Amino acid sequence: MTGTTTRRKPILPTAILVLGAIYCLFPVAWLVIASTKSSGQLFGTFTLEPGTGLVSNLRQLFTLENGVYLSWVKNTMIYAFGGAALSTLISAMAGYALAKFVFPGRETFFRFLVAGVLIPAITLAIPQYFLMAKIGLADTYWSVLLPCLVSPFGIYLCRVYASAAIPDEMLEAARIDGASEWRLFWFVAIPVMVPGLVTVFLLQFVGIWNNFLLPYLMLSDPTKFPLTLGLYTLISQGNGQTTLYSALLVGVALSVLPLIAIIMFLQRFWKMDLISGGVKG
Amino acid sequence: MRRTTPYFLLAPALVLFAALFIAPLVYAVYLSLQGSRVANSNTGFGVARTVFVGLANYSSALRDGQLYAGFERLGIYALIVIPITQGLALLFALLLDSARSRMPKFTRLAIFVPYAVPGVTAGIMWGFLYLPQTSPVNYLLSYLGVHNLNLLSSHWIYAALANIVIWGSLGFNMIVLYTGLRAAPPEIYEAAVMDGCGEIRLALRVKVPLLRQTIALTMLFSLIATLQTYSEPTVLSAMTTTISSTFFPLMTVYRYGFSTGQPNEAAAMAILIAAATMIASFVALRVVRSRTERRDA
Repeated sequence: MTGTTTRRKPILPTAILVLGAIYCLFPVAWLVIASTKSSGQLFGTFTLEPGTGLVSNLRQLFTLENGVYLSWVKNTMIYAFGGAALSTLISAMAGYALAKFVFPGRETFFRFLVAGVLIPAITLAIPQYFLMAKIGLADTYWSVLLPCLVSPFGIYLCRVYASAAIPDEMLEAARIDGASEWRLFWFVAIPVMVPGLVTVFLLQFVGIWNNFLLPYLMLSDPTKFPLTLGLYTLISQGNGQTTLYSALLVGVALSVLPLIAIIMFLQRFWKMDLISGGVKG
Repeated sequence: MRRTTPYFLLAPALVLFAALFIAPLVYAVYLSLQGSRVANSNTGFGVARTVFVGLANYSSALRDGQLYAGFERLGIYALIVIPITQGLALLFALLLDSARSRMPKFTRLAIFVPYAVPGVTAGIMWGFLYLPQTSPVNYLLSYLGVHNLNLLSSHWIYAALANIVIWGSLGFNMIVLYTGLRAAPPEIYEAAVMDGCGEIRLALRVKVPLLRQTIALTMLFSLIATLQTYSEPTVLSAMTTTISSTFFPLMTVYRYGFSTGQPNEAAAMAILIAAATMIASFVALRVVRSRTERRDA
């Protein structure tokens, strides 16, 4: 738009947006400040005044139960990166098949898969737990990873993106050149689908990182917990035991800041119009 | 093109879907139709057995006072969360799109930051911001001579809970709506501006109607997410006694399934919640569709 620079900018829109920004940033700022306070300072000094307890809080956090915090960090990485990567691949294969092939049962499969969006996590998680327990998978990494691998919404987005982005002529040309269907998928379809796949990966990544209910049901061994569950166990132990609070807060800050940095960096690669309905299949 | 190719490509998704969606769903239905009943044996001792009980678990779930009260609380909470989240997200998206504000990039990113904060973490953070001993609100009020405010008391608990979720979901909804606005062809806006349409009229008369499908989508997701609210109240329940272990329906289901050892009752409740989610989604989609058709007519 060319008119924007010359047009006078009234104060109200900026003021409203800045208020929104302060509302959204304030708790994070508070968290960073609070994590520098010793437990005495946490309850004694003004909330926005930095304390002197950062080093001792970190020491307390990392020595907690033989350094279990580091296991939580490692586990979260395994669940979030592993789960998101595998589920994106599975969604890409399914989405590509549904978008670019005509075969009997296509629409039925698609409707079936997408209807999965409507089933609440808890309705699945309870029987999933009992079934996992039956085959001896409860309280293993698989019990948290496997349920994250099918993403109905991811499959839906991949189908929409594949049908919008991959021209049929491109596939036909490669087939005439004698490329196998497998090569076609990896070397023709996947490269074209990358922007859509990044979006699907990020949605899954954040979804798994945020997941609480599923690991809460599946896991009992604290060394397999992701961060969300680990931090929850700290706050529920901390009830009355306020010396844990300062270690907890530094743990929360350390778990949140890298994720904010990753999202801020990666959000420019998002194809948000995929979600808002701008890309038409 | 071989005929089997699409089936090979679909196979991982379908196999996992069958194992992790269909099988658990069928198993949940199976569990919900069973119950443990004490059968009289010849020895005179009662032995608990698992037997088919039909819809008994459903009828007891529907008469369960705690579950019912949980749905009531969830309803109040949803009436606070959904309109405020959607309203603010739309307002921010329209303001960003109007190009009438300074620092649009900074404010957009800042409002999006909470998306990166998991619900559990947000619950812990806000929990401390509410806790009278650590809250900045209480600190400031103490200078004004107000000492008895407790944001975690029953008086404030809906607002406290709603605020955590609004804070966490505002940015994502804003970005989806903003992207939807950007996707509209600029000629439409230019024509309206030439006709002397002001910025506010433009937003209400042109932009919002254009965006209705995207709004319907964010509303639907908001509704589904609200019905499944679990992390935030569970975290707060560790910090205050105001939130009981049956505060929201999902918490009651968890309690039956894992704390009190009544998996059959829990399965019936979980199926009822799934049914409620689907009905709510269909009704929401219907309402949106009929509005859209009326507008188009």
